[in-house]
Amino acid sequence: MTVSGRESRAGLLFLLPWVVGFLAFTAGPMLFSLWLSLTHYDMLKPPAFVGLENYREALADDRVGTALWNTVFFTALHVPSQIVLALGLAGLLRRAGRGSGFFRTVLYLPVMTPPVALAAMFLLLLNGQNGAVNAFLGWFGFQGPNWTTDPAWIKPGLVVMSLWTVGSTAVLYLAALTRVPLERYEAARLDGASPWRQFRHVTLPGISGTVYFTVVVNTIASLQVFTEAYAMFFGARAKASAEGDAALFYVIHLFQEAFGSLRMGYASALAWGLFAVIAVITVVQVRLSRRYVHYEGDRS
Amino acid sequence: MRGLRLTAVLGVSALLAAGCGGLGSDHSDALVTMGFGLPDEHATARVAVFREANPGVDLRISEGALDEQQFLSAVAAGDPPDLVYAERRKLGGYAARGAVQSLDACVREHGVDLGLFREAALRQVTYRGEVYGLPEFSSVRLMIVNNPVVRAAGLDPAALSTSDWAGMGEVADRLARVGGGRVERIGFDPKVPEFLPLWAKANGAELIGPGARLDDPRVVEAVRHTTDLVARQGGWASFKAFRDTFDQFGANNQYVTGQLAAMPMDSWYLNTLATNSPDADVTIAPFTDRNGQVLTESGGQAWAIPKGARHPEVACRFLVTMTDTQTWVTAATARRDALAEAGRPYGGTFTANRAADERIFREVFAPLGNPILAEGVPVALSLQDQAFALPPSPAASELVRAWEGAVNRVLVGQQEPGEAMAQAQREAERALKRVGGR
Repeated sequence: MTVSGRESRAGLLFLLPWVVGFLAFTAGPMLFSLWLSLTHYDMLKPPAFVGLENYREALADDRVGTALWNTVFFTALHVPSQIVLALGLAGLLRRAGRGSGFFRTVLYLPVMTPPVALAAMFLLLLNGQNGAVNAFLGWFGFQGPNWTTDPAWIKPGLVVMSLWTVGSTAVLYLAALTRVPLERYEAARLDGASPWRQFRHVTLPGISGTVYFTVVVNTIASLQVFTEAYAMFFGARAKASAEGDAALFYVIHLFQEAFGSLRMGYASALAWGLFAVIAVITVVQVRLSRRYVHYEGDRS
Repeated sequence: MRGLRLTAVLGVSALLAAGCGGLGSDHSDALVTMGFGLPDEHATARVAVFREANPGVDLRISEGALDEQQFLSAVAAGDPPDLVYAERRKLGGYAARGAVQSLDACVREHGVDLGLFREAALRQVTYRGEVYGLPEFSSVRLMIVNNPVVRAAGLDPAALSTSDWAGMGEVADRLARVGGGRVERIGFDPKVPEFLPLWAKANGAELIGPGARLDDPRVVEAVRHTTDLVARQGGWASFKAFRDTFDQFGANNQYVTGQLAAMPMDSWYLNTLATNSPDADVTIAPFTDRNGQVLTESGGQAWAIPKGARHPEVACRFLVTMTDTQTWVTAATARRDALAEAGRPYGGTFTANRAADERIFREVFAPLGNPILAEGVPVALSLQDQAFALPPSPAASELVRAWEGAVNRVLVGQQEPGEAMAQAQREAERALKRVGGR
C-alpha cells in the first residue's frame, strides 16, 4: 500500500462520522421533506400524494410574496450594515494596543445573549414612545420613529437589533486585518496613497477572502431570520400585534404553515422554495467572488 | 475497578430509567397534563381534591401555557399527554382533526349534568353533536371606564356608550391626549383585532358559522369603525407603542396613571384591578350593541382528552373532578382564605359551571368593601348567561388568523376595510376547504 493510499484511507475514516451524520440527520430528512412537499400531510393522517399542487399554491400565495419581500429587504439592509460596522470596529480594535484583549471580549460578549432575551430587551429599548433608543436620539434633537409598531420602521428596527451581535463578524475581520502585510501599507504610503486609497487597494484586497465568507454566511443567515422576529411579533403578543405583516419573514410563514396549520406538505414546498432562492443567490456570489476575491498565493 | 464497574452500571441504568422520549414515554403509569399550571389556589386546591380522592394516581402537571404545536406534534407522534387544557374556541379544530376524543361516554359514566354548564361555553366544546371538552373558567367582556379622566373631559362616565358609533369618534377625541406625534392618553381603546367578534356582533354579524362571511358589509363597517377610532387617536404606530408601555398588571396601571379613559375588557381584569389598585375610581358597565342592547362575548378554557391518551378513564375522572361544583367551591374558599391572609379582597371565581358560581357568590365571595368588586361583580355575573361565544370550527385557528390579519392591515394603513376583509374571506374559504368544514 502506498503512503498516499494510506493517507486517503485515513482521510476517509476521519470523514466517516461526518458522512454518516450527514446522511442520517441532513440528507435523509431533506429527501423526506422533498417527498412531503408533493403531499398533503397534517401529521395526524397519512400523507396523500398531490403532485406539484403545493408548489403551485405557493406561487399564488399572497403571504409568500410578502414574506419573501420582507426577507430580501431585511437581508439587503442587514448584511451591508453588519459588514461596514464590523469592519469599522475591527479597525478600531486593531489600534487598541494593550487593551485590545479586553475590548475584543467586550465586543464579543453580546453574541452570547440568548436570542429571545435579546428580542424582549429590544422591545423595550426600541419602544417609540419611551424607549431608550429614541431617548438617545432625542438628546441630539431627533424624534425617533415607532420602531416596533410602525410597519415602515420594523425592519430597520430589526436591523438595529441585529447589530447587537456584530462582534462575531468583527473578530473575523480583526484576524484578517492582522494578516495584511505591513510592507504593503509602507509601499503605498511611499507612493503617496491617501488613507482611503490604502484601504481601497491594500486593505480590502487583503481581507477580501474573509469579507466574501462573511457576505455568504450572513446572507444565508439573514434569509433564514426567525427567532428574534418571531419572539417580538408572533409569540405571546401575537394576538395583539398588528405589525405581523411587516415582520412576516419567510421562515416565520413556513413555521406558521407547518406548526400552526399543520400543513407539513405545503411547508416542505416552502422550504424547498427557500433552498432554491438561497442556492441561486449563493451561486451568484460565488461567480462574483472569482472577480473580486483574492487569496494569498493565488496565481490567477 | 469493581467500584468503577458498579458506577458505570448504575449510570447506564439511570440513563435508561430516565429515558429520552416525549411527554408520556418516560412516565407510562403517570397521568400527564399539558397547558395547565398551578399559579394559585384555584389550581392547587382542585388538584388537591383529585389527589385526595385518587391517592394511587401519579399525577404529573406539566406546567406552562399550552403550546399548540407541541401538543399536536405529540398527538401525531403517538405520545400525547393524558389531558390537555386549551382555549375553548380551539377545541372544535382539534376535534375535527381527530386530536381529541369525544367525552360522551365519560360524561355518561360519571353522570355529569351538562345542563349545569353555561350554554355558550358548552356550545364551544360541542362538535357535530358530541362533547369534546368540559368547560372551566368563564370570562365575559365589559366596559371599564376611568371616572376622573372622563369627568375632567366634561363627560358623564355612566353615559359613555358603545351604541352610538357615529358619536364615539368625537368622544374619543375629547378623551384622548395626542400631540406632536406622541400619544399621552388613549381616549377609547376598541381592543381590535382581538375584540372584532364583539364589534361585529354589535353590528349584527357573525364571524363563524353557516352563512357567516368575513366580507359581510356589517363586519366591514365594524372594522372601519374601530380602526377609525384608533386612527384619530394618533394612528396605530403611536397608539400601540403607547399602549405597550402600560403597567397593566401592576399598581401603576393605565387607570391609576390616567393613560386610558375607557376600553372593553375581560371580566378577570376586575380582580387584577381590585388587587393592585383598590382605590382606582372606575365605572364598570356592560358593552352594548348599536341598538343599546347588552352584549358580551364569553371566553375561557376547557379540559379535553387527546387521542391516544394512555389513561382515558383516569383522565375522565380528573376532568370531571376539576369541573365539579363542590371542587370549585373548595378552590374558591382556599383562594379567599389565601387572599384574606394577605389582607386582600376576594372577588369571586367566574366559572362555566352555573351551580358552582351560585354557591361561590353566595357562600364564599368576600369583597371586603372593595368598590371595584362591589360594582363590577354583579355586572359580570348578570352578563354570564347572556353571553355569546364563537362557535366551534375545524379551522378556528386559521379563521382567527385571517380576520386578525385583515384588521391589522387596515390598522397599519395597508388596505381599506373592504379590501382587507375580502382577502380574509378568501383565506377563510381556502382554510375551510382544506379541512372540509364550515
